[in-house]
Amino acid sequence: MNLEITGLRLPLTAFALEVDARLGARVTGVFGASGAGKTSLLEVVAGLRRPAAGRIVLDGDLLLDAGRRFALAPERRRIGYVPQDVALFPHLNVRQNLCYRHAAGPPGHRPEISYAHVVEVLNLGDLAGRRVGSLSGGERQRVAFGRAVLASPRLLLLDEPLDGLDTELKQRVIPYLVTIRDEFGIPMLYVSHNADEIVALCDDVLLLDRGRCTRRGPPAALFTASPAPHYVLKPG
Amino acid sequence: MPPVSPEVWQVAWFTTWVAAAGTALILAPGVALGWLLARRDWRGKLLVETLVALPLVMPPVATGLILLKLLGRRGILGHAFERLFGTEVVFTWRAVVVATAVMSFPLLVRTARLALEGVNPRYEQVARTLGAGPWRTFWTITLPLAARGLVAGAVLAFARALGEFGATIMVAGFIPGRTATLSTSIYHLVQLSRDDEAWGLLAISVGLAFGALWLSEWLLRRRPPA
Repeated sequence: MNLEITGLRLPLTAFALEVDARLGARVTGVFGASGAGKTSLLEVVAGLRRPAAGRIVLDGDLLLDAGRRFALAPERRRIGYVPQDVALFPHLNVRQNLCYRHAAGPPGHRPEISYAHVVEVLNLGDLAGRRVGSLSGGERQRVAFGRAVLASPRLLLLDEPLDGLDTELKQRVIPYLVTIRDEFGIPMLYVSHNADEIVALCDDVLLLDRGRCTRRGPPAALFTASPAPHYVLKPG
Repeated sequence: MPPVSPEVWQVAWFTTWVAAAGTALILAPGVALGWLLARRDWRGKLLVETLVALPLVMPPVATGLILLKLLGRRGILGHAFERLFGTEVVFTWRAVVVATAVMSFPLLVRTARLALEGVNPRYEQVARTLGAGPWRTFWTITLPLAARGLVAGAVLAFARALGEFGATIMVAGFIPGRTATLSTSIYHLVQLSRDDEAWGLLAISVGLAFGALWLSEWLLRRRPPA
């Protein structure tokens, strides 16, 4: 995966999101306080929000060129997106949520990732017939991951997907994300304000502060265990 | 109370039928406009919103007069319709349908807009990232999630259409057996001091309106799917 973000500028209420970055890691963490512009960055990459300026290229495909008023529609980008509230479709059951991409995909597109494989890896077998409203925290996240993975995305955007879970549940869900990373080889952009999650999953981390990338590097360079096993940001 | 005459049933059936036809006529444009108002920002939005709401606050008779001028033989729309279909609009059942449609339109647009605004845009965004285009997203996500509110809005529009009087009397008049509705018949009977017969129609009006409103409220209050 090679994601090039050049001269991106998106005015927000108090400041502007301004990012220049070339990302190539398996999982890139975007770390920062809430309101730093992390969600906006994901929305721009997904094509859900149009910036004032900038160019985005994913694996050689132009996704956005604000200068030429070009923006590829979200459905043409093949970029998966799991928002903070995971947004499972409430009128569909688990199986229908998981299969949404199959039903809606452009004709001729053959998903390379099979339903059976995803159900097995994410341990969703018992949930298939359940109503979305009856799922517990943790289950909802797994279904949302499965739904996004089944669309065979080139890149998966995860916006604080574990935010609503307690520490114990997080510990149980994180291995599933590791599996998605290793088993399906889908590169991810992982947004979080939780250092432990970032250290557990990411190979490369961007620090976002008031819309700007202030530091960047591998988790070991940016975070320190204190007190173990919890991580905090090293003073910069 | 005298037994209900066949004429009374004819009027009740005709009124229900034109109200349903008027509602059917505005359903697609009403939902489309509701969606444009709920989900898009565009130039002239406020103007369109105001224009659409006008029949809600204008005297119905004034709306009726405008319709009469537009749909009459020398009106732009009436002339075009006659050339296309070889038949007139005003003082026919078609005029009743148009009058009820125009008068119910603002109510439908408002409820449709509210229903569509109630759908969390996140669902639509996620659907797009899963490969669904705008149409597919609308049909598979937005519409089912707003369905309850949209149906309630349609029923409300239908209920409003059942009682339409002012605009109807202007464009369709009162022609027994052809354009007479419950409201215009009640007015006519009371004018002739035939109050007993008017009571029968009144009872039917109340029954229909009550049923429609009750259905609309029931649909809106049912627990949303979770």
